[in-house]
Amino acid sequence: MTLHRGLSGTVVHNRVALLMAVAAVAGALLPFLGFAPNRLLSGRPVPLWAAVQTVADIGALLPGLVLLGTPFLRPTRAALGLTVVAGALLAAALVWLAGEQAARLAAGASPAARTSFASGFWVMAAAGLLAAVDGARRMGLGTAGRLAVGGSVAALVAALLASGHLDHLSLLKEYANRRDVFADAVLRHVLLVAAALVPTLLVGVPLGVAAHRRAAIGRAVFPVLNVVQTVPSIALFGLLMAPLAALGALLPGAGISGVGPLPAVIALTLYSLLPIVRNTAVGLEGVPAGVREAARGMGLTPGQIFLRVDLPLALPVFLSGLRVTLVQAVGLAAVAALIGAGGLGAIMFQGLFANALDLVLLGAVPVILLAVAADALLSIGIAAAARGAGGRTAHHAPNQPPSQPPNQPGDVQARSAQ
Amino acid sequence: MIQFERVSKRFGSWTAVDTVSFTVDEGEFRVLIGPSGSGKSTVLRMINRLIPADGGAIRIDGEDIVSLKPEELRRRMGYVIQSVGLFPHWTVERNIATVPALLGWPKPRIRDRVTELLEMLNLDPRRYRGAYPHQLSGGQQQRVGVARALAAEPRILLMDEPFSALDPITRASLQSELSAIRHRTGTTVVFVTHDMDEALRLADRIAVMDHGRMIQCATPLEILTRPASPLVRDLVGREEWGLKRLAVETAGDRARRQERLGGIALPVETPLHRALSEMVARGTERLPVVDGDGRPAGVLHLSDLVRSMPDDAAGGQAGGRA
Repeated sequence: MTLHRGLSGTVVHNRVALLMAVAAVAGALLPFLGFAPNRLLSGRPVPLWAAVQTVADIGALLPGLVLLGTPFLRPTRAALGLTVVAGALLAAALVWLAGEQAARLAAGASPAARTSFASGFWVMAAAGLLAAVDGARRMGLGTAGRLAVGGSVAALVAALLASGHLDHLSLLKEYANRRDVFADAVLRHVLLVAAALVPTLLVGVPLGVAAHRRAAIGRAVFPVLNVVQTVPSIALFGLLMAPLAALGALLPGAGISGVGPLPAVIALTLYSLLPIVRNTAVGLEGVPAGVREAARGMGLTPGQIFLRVDLPLALPVFLSGLRVTLVQAVGLAAVAALIGAGGLGAIMFQGLFANALDLVLLGAVPVILLAVAADALLSIGIAAAARGAGGRTAHHAPNQPPSQPPNQPGDVQARSAQ
Repeated sequence: MIQFERVSKRFGSWTAVDTVSFTVDEGEFRVLIGPSGSGKSTVLRMINRLIPADGGAIRIDGEDIVSLKPEELRRRMGYVIQSVGLFPHWTVERNIATVPALLGWPKPRIRDRVTELLEMLNLDPRRYRGAYPHQLSGGQQQRVGVARALAAEPRILLMDEPFSALDPITRASLQSELSAIRHRTGTTVVFVTHDMDEALRLADRIAVMDHGRMIQCATPLEILTRPASPLVRDLVGREEWGLKRLAVETAGDRARRQERLGGIALPVETPLHRALSEMVARGTERLPVVDGDGRPAGVLHLSDLVRSMPDDAAGGQAGGRA
């Protein structure tokens, strides 16, 4: 790590932390919350200093002050641990402070008044979380450690939600209005993804095995799947509507329709195939030829070689393909609401069409949380599979296989917005 | 006993093995040697049907191997390859136990066998039984590879350049351990290599292959002294021919049995090039020789070492030209 001597003569040990500290300071100058008399009017900004009114409020900002100091600490494990704790606590504390201020603002206003998160909140919370993520990476925390940090922040926010402390925030008011449809939307979203996953695995895994065994199959399959990935999701949903509607007209009793869950599941399956097929094939190619040769030479049958050698050794790479697939499908399923498939996307689009930003958030935040949860779950699986594959192959199993699909977890939001 | 009768193998238009016939006797150590692409590995891999023969017949103890299921045939033979191919997700113990487990041996018997094999190959069972392959050095991995091949007490051991990737010291110690093990167990070994020194050191008989044909099949001494073609002579190499010639005979072979001499004695099985080295080191022209029980077995004279055998003429010329 290079030392950087700043203008004032102090020594900067961690430039990422410095960047996050600067971002946090900048965020503190931006509007922290927005307060509007009702959901249709644009609100007036509430700066951070106006939201800090009690000793407890000042205490909530302490992690932020600690974070400002961390770039100047020597990068020992203790200092990095402090960065992680301070960053994570800052994000949770900002949520608490927002709830606190929303309650105070609500005290003198009509029930229609809305208090929403504004740019300052988002910038500071993001700076805190990113500082924590970077600190965890520098500490060399394993999957379990990183999940523990993320889980603690989630638990703190969940506790605030459960206690009713955040009930005066606009997001929670939107939730209260739609409590009846919200749980259904989440369930439907998960079901859409699960319904796409079943055919993806049934088709994708055998196709990946075939592509590995016969290069000609791979040469035929991968270009097609790559092209599918480049089709924008709305276009693919649209393309499926016409043939499915025609099919529905031909078979009136079969319940086939150009809109609704069926085209959504088909489109999600088509998008999900590439990572599954490719990572199955890449995983199998990663099994050393000598290992397979020795297995044959010792008298294992082809079935035994597949189950005892190929499968466990290819599993970590396969699971990272499944991770890409799941995260991508959770995001894409939101767009499927446009063709009447329902799910959290339906709430998002209602918000977009009604210009109600908090309603959009009510749909978008659970989508993000579902994607993060799927990612975390698969990380645990991949770490376990890599241990099962004998340690060394864990290094050979890339989280990011050589050729990338156009969609990566980070792209999900971009595609959802198409 | 392994018999090849007019066995051929073609890959497309290329003939890898061309009507080869030979017999490997029970308990014999047979080395197959030749340049790359000579067909030696193909011959080896036809014995356990990893490659099916196109023509001719291969018999094991008189039984045509086509009459057996390939998996059954392979479980009766040990198989060791250059890249070792240990299962990276299994412990050393489970790797070694592969074939016994396939054969359904009871667990306690497998456990005892693993202990016995690890000790036989100089790996401490307490330390290595639960280790994973990536925690071992290359030499240790191949020791486990050999142990795994020997696990189900096969009568035949097939080895495809097993020690070629190892450093010279590790290779030498694995060679002598292999020699000791096969003398003790009486296992028939078919061993592919491109290293003539390794072949001379280990083989009872060496089969030299070129372009899919077997051009000479003889003892190490005959290969050295009566090479059948210039290729065989090139494989032996002209450098240090005399020392290689000495290395295939032992002190016992040339000692004057009735003579006696005091001093530190050589065991009868000492190769003659070592005996020569010992004479140079001690500055003497005579060394006493003792048998396995330490009883005097004669005296070795320098003049007997340099005395060429009558059939050494051809090899002697080769050495002279070097």
